[in-house]
Amino acid sequence: MGHLIELKNVYKIYQMGDETVHALDGIDLTVDQGEFVAIVGSSGSGKSTAMNIIGCLDVPTSGSYHLGGIDVSTMEDDQQAEIRNKMLGFIFQQYNLIPKLTVQENVELPLLYAGISAEERHERAIQSLQRVGLADKRKNLPSQLSGGQQQRVSIARALAGKPSVILADEPTGALDSRTGREVLRFLQQLNREGDTVVLITHDNSIAVKAKRIVRLQDGRIIYDGAADDPQAVVQPQEDEAGEEARA
Amino acid sequence: MNFTQSFKLAIKSLMLSKMRALLTMLGIIIGVAAVIIITSLGNGMQNYMNAQFEQLGSNLVQVMIYGLGEDSTRSVDADDMYALVEKYPQYLSGVSPYVTASAKVRQGTEDFERTSVYGVSEDFYRDETGKTMQGAGLEEGRFLRYVDVARHQNVCVVGSFLAEYAFQGDPLGQTISISGVPYTVVGVLEESGDNTEGSGDDVVYIPYANAQRLGGGYGDTYMMTATDRDTSTAAKGIVENRLMDVYQTSDAYMVMTSAEMMDAMDSMLDTLMMILILIAAISLLVGGIGIMNIMLVSVTERTREIGIRKSLGAKCRDIRSQFIIEAGTTSAIGGAIGIVLGIIMANVLTNVIALVLGTGNDGFVAVPTVGGIGVAFGVSVAVGILFGYLPANKAAKLNPIDALRYD
Ligand SMILES: Nc1ncnc2c1ncn2[C@@H]1O[C@H](COP(=O)(O)OP(=O)(O)OP(=O)(O)O)[C@@H](O)[C@H]1O
Ligand SMILES: [Mg+2]
Repeated sequence: MGHLIELKNVYKIYQMGDETVHALDGIDLTVDQGEFVAIVGSSGSGKSTAMNIIGCLDVPTSGSYHLGGIDVSTMEDDQQAEIRNKMLGFIFQQYNLIPKLTVQENVELPLLYAGISAEERHERAIQSLQRVGLADKRKNLPSQLSGGQQQRVSIARALAGKPSVILADEPTGALDSRTGREVLRFLQQLNREGDTVVLITHDNSIAVKAKRIVRLQDGRIIYDGAADDPQAVVQPQEDEAGEEARA
Repeated sequence: MNFTQSFKLAIKSLMLSKMRALLTMLGIIIGVAAVIIITSLGNGMQNYMNAQFEQLGSNLVQVMIYGLGEDSTRSVDADDMYALVEKYPQYLSGVSPYVTASAKVRQGTEDFERTSVYGVSEDFYRDETGKTMQGAGLEEGRFLRYVDVARHQNVCVVGSFLAEYAFQGDPLGQTISISGVPYTVVGVLEESGDNTEGSGDDVVYIPYANAQRLGGGYGDTYMMTATDRDTSTAAKGIVENRLMDVYQTSDAYMVMTSAEMMDAMDSMLDTLMMILILIAAISLLVGGIGIMNIMLVSVTERTREIGIRKSLGAKCRDIRSQFIIEAGTTSAIGGAIGIVLGIIMANVLTNVIALVLGTGNDGFVAVPTVGGIGVAFGVSVAVGILFGYLPANKAAKLNPIDALRYD
């Protein structure tokens, strides 16, 4: 059995008038079942671009991407939609719950698009909500919950489809540090229970909660190794300067 | 995602902003209501006119002979027409001259200026049906008889209006002055119209030779009866052939049957109705554009929702069908409201028209047709789906990354 996620020599190139931007500049990355990987890097380093490709929301300009052994790098929109539905669970910075649907209806959405029967949808949504401890709020609207609770609902939604990979893009970005830590602890727990988690963040203190850190800079991987290695959290000098210049 | 889900979602979004939903539907509501009202009125009109014609006798054949002018010696007279009836009893059952006289009708000191005076023969009244050729029964007394007609007697039969207003309900044996000549009333007809001045009840029938003497009518008119509604076209052909033989040109006469007039009237009404419905359909079209407009706004407003749904695995067709079903549901609800409104309005109009015409309940009734309702509803749903397609497609084609980033 191969790797769960396997990116080979992946490029994402944007043409902006005369200028070409290499958002991803030759990425090789493999993630195995049960890993907890944090992708870090400063602003503009290509994290979101990588996340979009890993999340099958976008295709690379060149290079190949296999997810669960399937080549997904050349898929059509609707095929990608099916892969997202079956294999991926997204957790977004902005929670991205649909405001006019109840908590339970939100959690059921991926199951709805999978064509699962109403009964099973209810059952699995409630199970999922129980895992994040919000089963009693299932009739509420998202706006009636706190930010941390909403993020937990979005985690429940990501879990409901029993995905192979949980992709979290800055999941703590909109939360205060205490609830942020809570959400992180929750992701760690999911990982301990066997889920594969890919976390995207610009924050080193969050990245170190993962088991493995992949650091991007200018679309390239400049570090890939254990999270407890001191090298993992070293910010490259020039990049910091660049960030200051931008600020 | 299946239909019921999309449908429930559509209802939910509509309920969330009722005012906006109502405004979106307004064009459809007005269009559908207009179609219902027009078809109801048209249908009612057709029923009403058919009933009127039916009363006049659907087997009536009217013959108008203008002749070829003074110089021509060719002519057809009443005897020729009688001969025709005798020759073709399987098609023609009766004939009577029908002379419109211009005469002043006066009773006592009162002038009846709008009263019509007609000269007919005894055959104008049909014993087997107990009615005149134009469908009026006898209230009291008798109709003109052969002797009255043959001897040019000064007797007359009056309509119910005259009986009531000229003679205070007791006309038999009394006299009425027609262009200065006193006529004795021998019979009274039943009320067949609305018993008002100038109506079909405001009439006097006298022997036709007397009427001819009074002058006024241009050419000769005959009322004939076919044996049946279905034989009236054949009967018309027989009369026309005879007249063609005599005059050698179809300009000299005209033959009309009630059945044909009824059909012509029906088809005219149908055409008129089609035109009106087309005009109403324009408002359906405008309604459709209204829906499209709101749906486009809605797609933009819900860009992020679309992005979320796509990230969770919604395919293009899931998104497209969601928005199309939403548009279809909106217009279907609008259509249903329009139908209810249209039926109510048709009822109101029926009462208003009855009031204006003074015909009471057995007069004009605007009846909504099942076909009209079905078509109006079908078209409104179709309009929603058709005009929902463009926005729905726009939504379906959104790039999930851009859509997720949108706020
Ligand atoms: N749609 C696009 N068109 C053109 N250039 C793009 C597009 N998306 C990203 N880029 C460019 O690609 C590079 C990487 O962008 P990306 O969004 O992946 O960075 P990031 O690491 O997510 O940054 P941040 O932490 O600020 O979110 C940037 O230089 C960006 O300008
Ligand atoms: Mg980013």
